[in-house]
Amino acid sequence: MEYALTLENVTKEYKDFKLDHINVYLPKGCIMGFIGENGAGKSTTIKLIMDLVKRDEGKITILGKDNKTELNSIKENIGVVMNELCFPENLNAREINKIMKKVYKTWDEDQFHSFIQKFSIAESKLIKEYSRGMKMKLAIAVALSHDSKILILDEATSGLDPIVREEILDIFLEFIQDESHSIFVSSHIISDLEKICDYITFIHKGKIVLSEPKDELLERYGILKCTEEEFEQVNPAVIKGVRKNKFGIEALVLKNELKGNYVIDKADIEDIMIFYIKEQMV
Amino acid sequence: MSIYNITMVITMNIIISNSSNQPIYEQIVSQIKALIISGELNEGDALPSMRLLAKELRISVITTKRAYEELEKEGFIVSITGKGSFVASKNLELIKEQQLKEIENHMQEIIDLANLYGISLEELIEMLTLMYKGE
Repeated sequence: MEYALTLENVTKEYKDFKLDHINVYLPKGCIMGFIGENGAGKSTTIKLIMDLVKRDEGKITILGKDNKTELNSIKENIGVVMNELCFPENLNAREINKIMKKVYKTWDEDQFHSFIQKFSIAESKLIKEYSRGMKMKLAIAVALSHDSKILILDEATSGLDPIVREEILDIFLEFIQDESHSIFVSSHIISDLEKICDYITFIHKGKIVLSEPKDELLERYGILKCTEEEFEQVNPAVIKGVRKNKFGIEALVLKNELKGNYVIDKADIEDIMIFYIKEQMV
Repeated sequence: MSIYNITMVITMNIIISNSSNQPIYEQIVSQIKALIISGELNEGDALPSMRLLAKELRISVITTKRAYEELEKEGFIVSITGKGSFVASKNLELIKEQQLKEIENHMQEIIDLANLYGISLEELIEMLTLMYKGE
């Protein structure tokens, strides 16, 4: 399989935090959701991918090229959207276009203009007058107006209203129609992204807890709802997390290995994430 | 296989339920199968590409890929590299088998209920015979 992005044993140690031997493989043509709570290591990982901070150990490739030695040859093919917009606030979209024309050899002016129009961004409006949603849309327009083959986004959709998130989802889906395109998107809230992600990678306290096709995750896990007495009869090996309340028990279970007649709800990615984190705190 | 050269993509309806217990890929498989069996899709009709289907239904490409692979394995569609996926030539035996299987599933429910309520096979046969004759 060809990979758009690989991280092998990537490690970075800070005084109070360690990104511990991270392994991630994103196949070409796919969307990967990179999820975890705040402070789990998502942004550090993305900075390491972009080679913005120095890693202690490991190897990273983007579009098959080493991100340290061969980054220059693929820079034009990487579209990045960070949490905060990094353009000077006293510019407008027209001026951004002029600058980007000089920055990217592959800059596509028409493409940029069509995005700006689609997003209803006034070309003469100063960035400092933008709403958060507009800033994100401008950043995405820039990221997609050069020869991008991989789109890397750090918390790009958090804090946006549902309508804008919906628009951004459409752009992702449009982008991925080309089989050579891939998306790596980090987020701590994923409900709407969950639908379109092919892979889910879950990071917790600097370690990858799981990384696999979303469908397999959703098919494997379920939420068991039962009484305490019933719960004691359940094989402990299938239980992955427990939440007790006054009237019963909810547990994250491997539903296909649970024999018997139980009430089992579907678990979504957020359920899996929350139960995992809680279980580790006990 | 010139029959598969048709480039026009047929229109079809696929309804995905997120609250259903049936996995999404299975929902796609059973709905496309139903369209083929009912004759709404005909031999040689081009199915939408996996990526387009994923985009329109807002689901993962892996899900649509799995659905198409399943349909291909069961002989309902053929996929040609670089061209896409097409409805396979109608295999009457296969369709008959599917139809019988569907009826069998309903019958099983009837049997389960009959056992639960203590209704004998003779009574069931009598009921079915009457109903089938339309009385």
